Amino acid sequence: MNANEDKVMPLADAVRKFVKDGAHISIGGFTLNRNPMAAVYEIIRQGIKNLHLYAHSNGTAVDELIGADCVSKLEIAYSGNGKAAPTCIRFRKAVQDNLILFEDYSNYMMGLRFLAGAMGVPFLPTLSGLGSDIVTKWGFSKAMRQADPRIVNEKLIIMDNPFEGLMEAAKVLLLPAITPDVSIIHVQHADTMGTCSIQGLTFTDVEQVKASRNVIVTCEDLVKPEILRQDPDRNQIPFIHISAVCHVPHGGYPTAVYNYYDYDARYLRDFAIAAKDENQFKAYQEKYIYGVDSHQGLLALIGEKRLETIKADPRTGYAVNMKRD
Amino acid sequence: MQTARNYSPREMMTIMAAREIKNGDIVFCGTGISMLAATAAKNINAPNSVIFFETGAVDSLLEELPLAVGDPRIMYWSASNAGLLEAFATMQNRHTGDKVIAVVGAAQIDIYGNLNTTCIGDYLKPDIRFPGSGGGCDVASFVPRCIAFMQHKKQKFVRKLDYLTSPGQLFGKGSRERAGLRAGGITVVITNLAVMRFDDDAGQMYLDQYYPGVTPAKILENMAFTVDISRASEAIPPSGDELRILRENCDPQRLILN
Repeated sequence: MNANEDKVMPLADAVRKFVKDGAHISIGGFTLNRNPMAAVYEIIRQGIKNLHLYAHSNGTAVDELIGADCVSKLEIAYSGNGKAAPTCIRFRKAVQDNLILFEDYSNYMMGLRFLAGAMGVPFLPTLSGLGSDIVTKWGFSKAMRQADPRIVNEKLIIMDNPFEGLMEAAKVLLLPAITPDVSIIHVQHADTMGTCSIQGLTFTDVEQVKASRNVIVTCEDLVKPEILRQDPDRNQIPFIHISAVCHVPHGGYPTAVYNYYDYDARYLRDFAIAAKDENQFKAYQEKYIYGVDSHQGLLALIGEKRLETIKADPRTGYAVNMKRD
Repeated sequence: MQTARNYSPREMMTIMAAREIKNGDIVFCGTGISMLAATAAKNINAPNSVIFFETGAVDSLLEELPLAVGDPRIMYWSASNAGLLEAFATMQNRHTGDKVIAVVGAAQIDIYGNLNTTCIGDYLKPDIRFPGSGGGCDVASFVPRCIAFMQHKKQKFVRKLDYLTSPGQLFGKGSRERAGLRAGGITVVITNLAVMRFDDDAGQMYLDQYYPGVTPAKILENMAFTVDISRASEAIPPSGDELRILRENCDPQRLILN
């Protein structure tokens, strides 16, 4: 396929084509903001398992994927989700009950690892983490790392600063690159070829996309290429990185999409309550994920009236005076 | 300064933290009460401080209090909306990093101000798992001043951390430098009872201020290790003005204060 072709396809087809059992995957957004939730729910519905998930702080998406037993290995910096879940409930359970293999880094470390992947270099250095247990305690054992050709042999490496004295650094901590099979992001505007225009913070979406072999983009508004070409300074991702474009309005729900809608505090709270109890959690999944055939089905259960309460105010980009407790 | 009579421990903690923030500081905010302390400083004693977030927003106009660092409320009227790599570079880079003061929280702290936000028990099979580092390890590695917010309890002020997520003074004087870190890390601890700092010689925690109605003895009872209390004095409680601004301007919806 040429990069400049029309890549628009239904989300279910894109997930089926690019997200395979055992895939190494990363997802965009941050905690309760711009997670590609429509795609996450579709992955769950399609029963895709054994994912190796790379995340910095993707609270909402991470907890749904772990809760649905889609993830077998997780590399992560932070698993909390705002006021609703200071520690994500299904993540906590999976770690405490040894249901997944996990490895801890920091947010900057995960960001640098995506950047290294995007740059095509084996590692990038930082001065973060020296002296911490992120260095000494490994979630993935040496033996496991050596046995799996897809996982690098070292979690990280500390070396003396080879440019002696530069930046007054005695040592540097080297972080291995990440190159996911597929990354999935949700953006405000994409065109039919896949060029993306993100509003608000980009988190590490751009680096994740450029580090990945394949990329699925879901978008609030799908536009013709000539629309985004009128203001290219606002486009962070050119089409050459993108494999599939899916038009999914409210595709970030229940997380926030700046200038479109806020996060649904009630949904996140109800999820956290249900996640604490096996029967309630099964009932939640049956109703909102398996009981519908697409994200539009979930949105229909929520109803237009409730979606109206989280609609972004055009001045601030979020829902002013929204109930958040 | 007229001091107020009726204030909650949470209000006291917030004001004590706000007073640590000076004009010209770049304030790295975490979630919850740390966000409120940064907002209080901006509204009360440090109007020329700059609030910034690890997610990439600088000098946001917080018309409403954000409840997470990914909250869209931090994206409004910021100087720029970027991403995580830009934000952490701002802290790692000395030009801006030396001006950063961070406000963070933790599940455990030790006598050197090292923090645990990862787990209680064995790392691989923990009794309780917490969210992990996030940007906590990064900022504690990079910047010269960090405020740690803690509840003053024996199980939180521990002899040995179950996991050292974010470096304070590591193992005492010179150990940050030996590990390859610059001086800095956790430099002040603000709790529901007291303000603690770290001495230059040993890098160990000492009691700096105890709140009105709290004795140094009671503070020691709530810690699993002993600290020097000989330098301690009583803290000045919030003034009427500080409290009014905190309640009316910083958290009118009482999202954090309640």
